[in-house]
Amino acid sequence: MTIADMVRILNAKVLIGADKLDTPVYTACCSDLMSDVLAFVDEKTVLITGLTNPHVVRTSEMLDLKCLVFARGKIPTQDILESAEEQGLVVIATKLTAFSACGVLYENGLRGVPVPEEWDSREGG
Amino acid sequence: MEPLFKTSYEVARADYTSAGRASADIKRRLKQLGVGGDVLRRVAVASYEVELNLVIHSLGGELELNVFPDAVQLVSADRGPGIPDLAMAMKEGYSTANDEARSLGFGAGMGLPNMKRNADEFNIESTVGVGTTITMRFHLA
Repeated sequence: MTIADMVRILNAKVLIGADKLDTPVYTACCSDLMSDVLAFVDEKTVLITGLTNPHVVRTSEMLDLKCLVFARGKIPTQDILESAEEQGLVVIATKLTAFSACGVLYENGLRGVPVPEEWDSREGG
Repeated sequence: MEPLFKTSYEVARADYTSAGRASADIKRRLKQLGVGGDVLRRVAVASYEVELNLVIHSLGGELELNVFPDAVQLVSADRGPGIPDLAMAMKEGYSTANDEARSLGFGAGMGLPNMKRNADEFNIESTVGVGTTITMRFHLA
């Protein structure tokens, strides 16, 4: 799907990057823990989060993420949006909770980022 | 060997607002120097992690970028307090970060292991009461 499809599916508002909505997206991740995002995201993907501080945008910059989705109708402050604009990120906001946003996107074909192979040896299931 | 390019950044203790500015600048400069792709991404992530560590855990320090013909090197040197148990600090999930760091989405105990994972060479030395120095090298293809 494209970011435009995500906007439609999530009934989202485009905050930044209206000119890049035709960008294709294949995977996404969802986290409020930037430490985790930095540790397991290896590709240019989409981040769905409820956290609206400047570090969400900085984390996106370091990882070259394509699109940020703020859940639960949260809108970050103007300076955060400006720094997102500077780095060419698309930022959208949906009123859905993070869980529901992930659910409808998955239902429409978007998948999670692949997890590192070394996780195979972990204890969690 | 003398680096082709060298610069450094002062990173202040508990300056959560500015944390990440040095790493953003490092990423921009490396891009200008023609470093891209996977190596640039790995340097950026490791640099951001180490910069956050300086802000969250140290009494302040310096982050240095050295660019050699065959490698990018990051050196983080702080003025303390030092890490009492390095083996524990290197463990995923172990963290001594405060609530402020955690409220910003950090302090999950992933920083040091993630630096090690992203760098081609990783070295950490720490003395309690003196400080911690982390040296990371990223090979350029």
